[in-house]
Amino acid sequence: MNLHEFQSKMLLSPRGVNVPEGQVASTKEEARDIAGNLKATGFAVKAQIQAGARGRAGGVRIVSSPEEVMAAAGDLLGRRLATEQTAPTGHLVSRVLVEAAVRPQQSLYLSLFVAPSTAEIVALAAAEGGDDIERRVLSGQARFEQLPLGTERSFDRSAAAGLGARLGLANGLIPSFVALLERLRQAFLELDATLIEINPLAVTAPGDFVAVDAKITIDDNALFRQPELLALREPSESDAIEIAVQNRNLNYVALDGDIGLVANGAGLGLATLDMVRVANGRPANFMDIRTTATSLDVAHGFALLLDNPAVRSVLVNVHGGGMQPCDTIADGLGIAMRRNKRTLPIVVRLAGNNAEYARFRFANFGCKVIDCPDMWTAVTRAVSAAQSGEGQP
Amino acid sequence: MTILVDHDTRVICQGMTGWAGTHYSAAMLEYGTRIVGGVTPGKAGTRHLNLPIFGTVAEAMAETGANASMVFVPPGNAAAAMIEAIEAGMPLVVALTERVPVRDMIRVRDALKQSLTILVGPNSQGILAPEVCKIGVMTTGQARSGSIGIMSRSASLTSEVIAQVSDAGLGQSTTVGIGGDAIHGLGMRRCLELFLADRDTRGVIAIGEIGGSDEEELADFVAAVKPKIPVVALIVGRYAPIEHRMGHAGAIAQNLAGDAESKIRALQAAGVIIAERPHLVGATMREALLVTA
Repeated sequence: MNLHEFQSKMLLSPRGVNVPEGQVASTKEEARDIAGNLKATGFAVKAQIQAGARGRAGGVRIVSSPEEVMAAAGDLLGRRLATEQTAPTGHLVSRVLVEAAVRPQQSLYLSLFVAPSTAEIVALAAAEGGDDIERRVLSGQARFEQLPLGTERSFDRSAAAGLGARLGLANGLIPSFVALLERLRQAFLELDATLIEINPLAVTAPGDFVAVDAKITIDDNALFRQPELLALREPSESDAIEIAVQNRNLNYVALDGDIGLVANGAGLGLATLDMVRVANGRPANFMDIRTTATSLDVAHGFALLLDNPAVRSVLVNVHGGGMQPCDTIADGLGIAMRRNKRTLPIVVRLAGNNAEYARFRFANFGCKVIDCPDMWTAVTRAVSAAQSGEGQP
Repeated sequence: MTILVDHDTRVICQGMTGWAGTHYSAAMLEYGTRIVGGVTPGKAGTRHLNLPIFGTVAEAMAETGANASMVFVPPGNAAAAMIEAIEAGMPLVVALTERVPVRDMIRVRDALKQSLTILVGPNSQGILAPEVCKIGVMTTGQARSGSIGIMSRSASLTSEVIAQVSDAGLGQSTTVGIGGDAIHGLGMRRCLELFLADRDTRGVIAIGEIGGSDEEELADFVAAVKPKIPVVALIVGRYAPIEHRMGHAGAIAQNLAGDAESKIRALQAAGVIIAERPHLVGATMREALLVTA
């Protein structure tokens, strides 16, 4: 689960990480009043969307009076902001964060994540942060320094100080940098985070570190023990469907093509997607059925595809395993097709556990499916059905 | 021959009295796996599936001589169960639980550092050595005993590839589900090492996907040891929707994001044969064996 900037800062501040003074607003008047109460001469008005590169897309405004804050907020609120990291349609801005502007003497990049090979929390830092850090590192203009922060039991202060030195921090700043790393590491563990990214991390005149921007990703698998974080989840426009289907033991991602895809298991789902693209088909979605899904869950997933007017053929690629036999998926499709009167070409490839029984279930439901013996035949068949528009009224 | 399991493997199930533990333990018994007991704290002294239930892994090992444990404990307690087995000195732990939190796996991996235990999983479908031993949830209908080692991060693709390998007239020495999570126990690199030490494994198939670093570590290892037997890899997720490609500035720039193209490039450069089409993995291995022969 990704958190908004204002949510991330709200979680980091009580854990000892300095953030700029400020509050989130959903109207321009509110934004003006927040600015009026800040003892500052400069203000930042920041669109709260879950995507990076907002600065270059005009989503961050630096202004000098509460009236200008109101104007900037009025401009940002209610519009769609597209950045390099969003779809071209962008994200709706429904809130802005109004803060006292920070005047950094130096801006660093700092993130914490778990390295899969060592299963340790790692800090990644660069002496010069900012929106374009990725590009500068890839082109060799900037360099990341990396430091393993150990497991839960140990934190190596002298190694942390060494990282500060490698970043070229003044000696006087090193102790507070070490303290910051230790607090972030603690926050990472407490919050069940998989990522904390602070970019930029400002060094201010009094020698403090301030998180000018912050992004936290929480481990979805740990939300069961983080009720306060779960409450921060916002079913926003794009992921409302995705969250609804997650509750049905499905993973679903909308795409812009015309072939509805269903597979059991993420690996087989990704393989199916790759094959459809290799066959010059255009997937309308990615959907994988988790092993815990019942036939009613599966029916719900199929209904999504059948209700999507862009879908011109459906490809069902199932290898029945020990936990989920083919007939569970056949029943799901049967139920969905009874409820929906569309006559789309449904191409199926059934193999593994209970494949024969699944064919029998299709017959019982009266489902007309195009049954293919192997994955590639099914993929090419679904692609040609979508391209020719067969079965379309 | 097989890796990790053999005819002497004696298995206990942590969480055997639960629904899933019961169902899959029964299926394993039917397949011929020697399950010798179960562990459920609070139910010590009772019997389940006509087998003794113990309160702790250490007791179960002492009483039954078990040398492998299958963990079928819900996500919130799975790490504690794995750590208990590791601390008891269990040689092999196969964790099937899905959705174990990352922070818990940091602890488990820490516990593994001071031990000789091999952990497979979590989020693994298990280990299958056809006609010898099955620990896990996979179906066995299409598996055949033979000479190909399979290691996989994806359960559904494993069933598919097992069927393809059997259809190609080859069987499997052992299939190992190393687990679908980024942070897990046994990795592809170490798993290949085990396969290379098995005289009867004549080819190895790696099934990988985006994310994690198993494939990159495998590539480094293959480049270093230059195995005499063919190693074939299927890497899926080349066209994964952007939402599925995890990453932030640091991960991308450090090449830690683990996208499919970079994994494929690394493996190819190391001499691994890439199975370009997911439906032709078995055929790719058969051809590779003909070339090697």
